[in-house]
Amino acid sequence: MYKTFLKSALGATAMMAIIAPIAVQADGVINVYSYRQAFLMQPLIDQFQKETGITVNTIYAKKGLVEKVKAAKGKDSADLILTVDIARLMGAVNAGLAEEVSSDTLSANIPAEFRDADGKWFGITSRSRVIYASKERVAQDAITYEELSDPKWKGKICIRSGQHNYNLALFASMIAHHGEADAQKWLEGLKANLAHAPKGNDRAQAKSIFNGECDLAIANTYYMGKMQTNEKNPEQKDWAKSIKMLFPNAEDRGSHMNLSGVMVVKDAANKANAVKFVEFLSGDTAQKLYAEVNFEYPVKVGTEASDMVKSWGALKADSLALTEIAKYHKRASELVDIVKFND
Amino acid sequence: MTQTNPIKQQHIQTNKIMWVAKFQAMFRLPRDISPIWLLPAFSMVLCLLVPILTIFKIAFYPEENIWPHLYNTVLGGYISDTLILVVGVGSLTLVIGVLSAWLVTMYNFPGRNIASKLLLLPLAMPSYIIAYCYVEIFDYSNFIQSSIRQLGGFNSAKDYWFFEIRSMGGAIFVLSIVLYPYIYLTSRAAFLQQSVCLLEASRMLGKTTIQSFFKVALPLARPAIFVGLTLALMECLNDVGAVEFFGVNTLTVGIYSTWLERGNLGGGAQIALVLLAFIFILIIVEKLARRGAKYSHTTRQIRPIKRIQLAGKHAIYASIFCLTPIVLGFLLPFIQLLHDSLEFVEVTDYFAFIGYAKNSLILSAIAALLAVIIGLFLSYSERIFNIKLLGWMAKLASVGYAIPGVILGLGIFISLIAFDDIIGPILEWFGYAGASQKMLLSGSIFAIIFAYLVRFLAVSYGAIETGFGKIPLSYDHAAKSLGHHKNSILRKIHLPLIRPALATALILTFIDSMKELPATLILRPFNFDTLATHVYEIASLEIFEEAAIAALFIVLIGLIPVYLLNKMMAVPNWRDGK
Repeated sequence: MYKTFLKSALGATAMMAIIAPIAVQADGVINVYSYRQAFLMQPLIDQFQKETGITVNTIYAKKGLVEKVKAAKGKDSADLILTVDIARLMGAVNAGLAEEVSSDTLSANIPAEFRDADGKWFGITSRSRVIYASKERVAQDAITYEELSDPKWKGKICIRSGQHNYNLALFASMIAHHGEADAQKWLEGLKANLAHAPKGNDRAQAKSIFNGECDLAIANTYYMGKMQTNEKNPEQKDWAKSIKMLFPNAEDRGSHMNLSGVMVVKDAANKANAVKFVEFLSGDTAQKLYAEVNFEYPVKVGTEASDMVKSWGALKADSLALTEIAKYHKRASELVDIVKFND
Repeated sequence: MTQTNPIKQQHIQTNKIMWVAKFQAMFRLPRDISPIWLLPAFSMVLCLLVPILTIFKIAFYPEENIWPHLYNTVLGGYISDTLILVVGVGSLTLVIGVLSAWLVTMYNFPGRNIASKLLLLPLAMPSYIIAYCYVEIFDYSNFIQSSIRQLGGFNSAKDYWFFEIRSMGGAIFVLSIVLYPYIYLTSRAAFLQQSVCLLEASRMLGKTTIQSFFKVALPLARPAIFVGLTLALMECLNDVGAVEFFGVNTLTVGIYSTWLERGNLGGGAQIALVLLAFIFILIIVEKLARRGAKYSHTTRQIRPIKRIQLAGKHAIYASIFCLTPIVLGFLLPFIQLLHDSLEFVEVTDYFAFIGYAKNSLILSAIAALLAVIIGLFLSYSERIFNIKLLGWMAKLASVGYAIPGVILGLGIFISLIAFDDIIGPILEWFGYAGASQKMLLSGSIFAIIFAYLVRFLAVSYGAIETGFGKIPLSYDHAAKSLGHHKNSILRKIHLPLIRPALATALILTFIDSMKELPATLILRPFNFDTLATHVYEIASLEIFEEAAIAALFIVLIGLIPVYLLNKMMAVPNWRDGK
């Protein structure tokens, strides 16, 4: 009796194990690995499913998805990878995981600087990494990244971990613009100006300004919108109110940009559907949703940023190629260690 | 006419017996049981070792040598942070776990009954959840700091000093307050089973109770306490969520920057192996320190322990000492979660919740059952065959607990892909077209269950092995001399005696599987969520409050096994034939 039970339990487990993956391989599907969060993607996915009848299967995680595709060694894993930064995207491309996609729709929708010439990756939205400044304690209305290492800000700057890829992208852009030696000096200066060791996320830095722990914080643009509209946690509206957003280097090269992007996986089982999904993401409906829900800058020519985003002021984007930022990502990570930024 | 030659047949049989006997003699195996029984034990332990060996293999192929860079920059910081964290969590969990277990076992004081039941509660609290809770509790805008500001008439954070929870001290506190139950559990079981005769003898010889504790009870309980301690420390080492959140730079954080930001998975795996070595050395040192002394008891106590009544000051101290961990490790964060949940009671999709809870329960239940079966098989084989190699292999496999879940998850995924490479073509041959192109086991929930087995082998094997360790070998010998076969010894003597250990293993692996996050995240099939991944998904929006209901669910479901565990421990004389 007991043995029979055990046997049938094991049998059932084995069956489930075999059947589970088959269910996802039916026609009219795409399998998506997403570094982007579910709450943001789900409305888009629902809309896409409604329009095309294609079922979108998803796995969301912050780490290891690219490695999973790599380790699958060509087996059907994902058709599509969504990332939140250029470095992760380029990492996957450089590992030879990307399929070349050519699509007139994509070429028309996405400006050349936001996509790969060979169609191996596409930017979907962009965001800038800017300075949040205390309205009360910071008088100036313009700032540069370079200025952040000026001793006048000693003990006044807050930032999340130096090893976070948003920061690494910014540091990489500093290497690209100034060379490694000067970038390192700048990073040391910035480190010396920190109010306390890096910790928490971007919103935590905004809160620190509100609390009076620091006067400046380095953060992505869209968090401002999320705080300003946070009905569930209205306290964050007060944080946002205490802050003004400064777009750095508005007078010269412009503010540092990063993107969220997508790539189709090499030899994807559902390539045609995957391309349809990318086209959908670059289309008006999706771009508007990104702009309105997540306060990002849409990449599509002609799609405007939301009113909220516009209210922060005009953005002058740094025209540095995103591939340059990806190129120096690793070095930036090493510099963070070298100057002991996180200690 | 074919008739088998009886002489020839006998000859073959004798030959076979000779061969088996030679094998048994060569490895000094017992003669009354077929060595064939070693096969399942060895195959199990080999299967569980594969992911760890895979990580070893990954570590052999780094993108570049990471050590010069690390050595010249942050390695010192990583190591010192790791050591401080481990020593801090180790000492704090030991003090809380062992002392509270001793107090509730040996003394009567106000609140003792409640404490003995509730001291396990923090087990139900995942560390990533309690970390968030404490940041909330000590937050600038929360009740505590607001009150300070109001009372002191301060305007901003700069006007007064308040400790920073997101710090090394905070990390040690938060991890210790949820990890001490491992030590409480193992040491309380040991204290309950200690020989009262020995304690009385020690007291008759003029030792005070405190001296008896240090000279008799503590050394006798040492193996059990050590099992609890290694579990707590491994959990502490693989923890990334809480540690990163608190800005503590341990080696584990270094694994991530090496792997993710410098694209060097091999390098990350090397750091992971350093963590592993660290735990392994700890185990070896403990073994050497015991110098092979066996701790199975020679006498079995008949009488239950008579608890000593504490009065006055001492009673109050004891109450405070035993109730504080419950308040800090459970009550306070629980209230915070409840408070956060209230706002979202109406907007929560409970229907989806049932699905997540079902997934969590099924996975954890299967994993827990299998973990106990495997743990039992390994410990028992090790005992009857007396093979050290098996034990060491199991120990090596179980230190996988100390490896960060994502890395272990990748190790498992890669192993399973290799397995799929073998079975794919076979299935194709049977007519299942395209099988070799699919992720068969690697893309199914089997991967998650396998991950739980590897991760929590330390828990199940540790608990069961300690259980076996308490059964004197003389029992086996007596039973054998009475003509019992190994199988009937297991059924009639061992199983009833280690039943509590089995239940402990079952429940602990169940709770740990429920709480597991990183490996589940990466190994889950498409569109598959558990309570833990759901909490993670909401919490990663940086709106933790909204995740509170799901978090509460994890805690509440975790309470059921904790309750069962309590019931089991409440029967001190289980082994006396009950």
